[in-house]
Amino acid sequence: MITVVDYGRGNLFSIGQALRHLGAEFEISSAPAAIAAAERIIFPGVGAFADAMAGLRERGLVAPLKAAARSGTPILGICVGCQLMLSRGEEFGDHAGLDLIPGTVTRLPAPRADDAAAIRIPNVGWRRLDTRADAVVLSAVAADEMMYFVHSYAPMASEPATIAATIPVNGQAVPVGIEQGALVGVQFHPEKSGPAGLRLLKRFVGIQQ
Amino acid sequence: MIGLCATAPPPRLIARLDIKGPNVIKGIHLEGLRVVGQPGDVARRYYQQGIDEIVYMDTVASLYGRNNILDVVEAAARDIFVPLTVGGGIRGIDDIVAALRSGADKVAVNTAAIARPDLIREAAQCFGSQCVVLSVEAKARGPGRWEALTDNGRQRTEIDVLDWVVEAEGLGAGEILLTSVDREGTRNGFDHALFRAVRARVEIPVIGCGGAGSAEHVAEAVRGDGLDAVACASIFHYDTCPVPALKAALSQDGIVVRR
Repeated sequence: MITVVDYGRGNLFSIGQALRHLGAEFEISSAPAAIAAAERIIFPGVGAFADAMAGLRERGLVAPLKAAARSGTPILGICVGCQLMLSRGEEFGDHAGLDLIPGTVTRLPAPRADDAAAIRIPNVGWRRLDTRADAVVLSAVAADEMMYFVHSYAPMASEPATIAATIPVNGQAVPVGIEQGALVGVQFHPEKSGPAGLRLLKRFVGIQQ
Repeated sequence: MIGLCATAPPPRLIARLDIKGPNVIKGIHLEGLRVVGQPGDVARRYYQQGIDEIVYMDTVASLYGRNNILDVVEAAARDIFVPLTVGGGIRGIDDIVAALRSGADKVAVNTAAIARPDLIREAAQCFGSQCVVLSVEAKARGPGRWEALTDNGRQRTEIDVLDWVVEAEGLGAGEILLTSVDREGTRNGFDHALFRAVRARVEIPVIGCGGAGSAEHVAEAVRGDGLDAVACASIFHYDTCPVPALKAALSQDGIVVRR
């Protein structure tokens, strides 16, 4: 059973529709016991970093998520869910994250006026990923396919080995896909990225524990 | 930058579905109506053709103060896996919660935000700026001047569009859906002066809308005006330039598009 974490900060409808479409068995839950018993966890999220962490704390989900990560339960963090997996976040101050993956969530680099390829912030739209050849889940997306992004901050993982995919934003290669053992984080929205995004979800749902 | 691809990111190509009751309709200058089809069928067709995003606009919600559009969105969201924006009749935080629960990813606000600009701030604080699209219905009032209209182009406000977009950005709007009421439905081309003026005033993404009649019009808005996204209705509804044809033409023209 896949458990989708409900902590009041996610677009659960869309992820639920996508899982239903794939024929995956899942439950949406905010119960610590459900997280502890989950075979796989999908951890969505929208909004601001600190507010999302507060949503986890209010529901007593911080410890169960950390325990699940320690015990090797596959976890897919999406958007702010991915960001919360990192050590810290710099949106509206400096805040502690779940610290499952070393790194800090920082603001995207600002566009330069003289750059013809400048990207406005928030970065909204479809982008091609630069994916590492040995990525396990991120490699479900082909090189010429695009994923849908809407974000102002990015998960800047500090261990290069955990960075599975990047996109170029205003002159910097920004991490947008993270893999560390059974932990996977994506800054984009696979549930909103058409058939290619669904394929990535399917890959995660099917990976062996 | 060396080592990084320096091509501009692909523009988002958005289908705008104006909803009245159970139907997708299309007018000219936001008035005069023709039924295009059922919202679910129309949206599914565009999704299968590779549309990047869909905007549902309830054309009568502000007028009658009611929302039937959420049923429409919920039905569509079942098998459409691209971003959905819902506008028309979003009056407060409760409406936004309801829209997001029905499968919308973003809401577009106009009338209620003009009546009470703090709605933008509250919405951005609750759901993040990425969720809040300011919808602007711009009516030309002389060279370089546009008035913001409300209630789907029916009401005057005396508010200057160029001032309003700056204020809304400051309050936390994440994007601007910029519709030229003068060009809307005409297929005679966009109001490029409007697009450029607004884009120069704000730093957030701007979606141009109103007047697309060909792939050349869209290319001009992307390359010439530097817009991040373009919303079209008639050229898709009447098969003048369906999504695959538009993408092929833009690609031929050197503009990167999502396959």
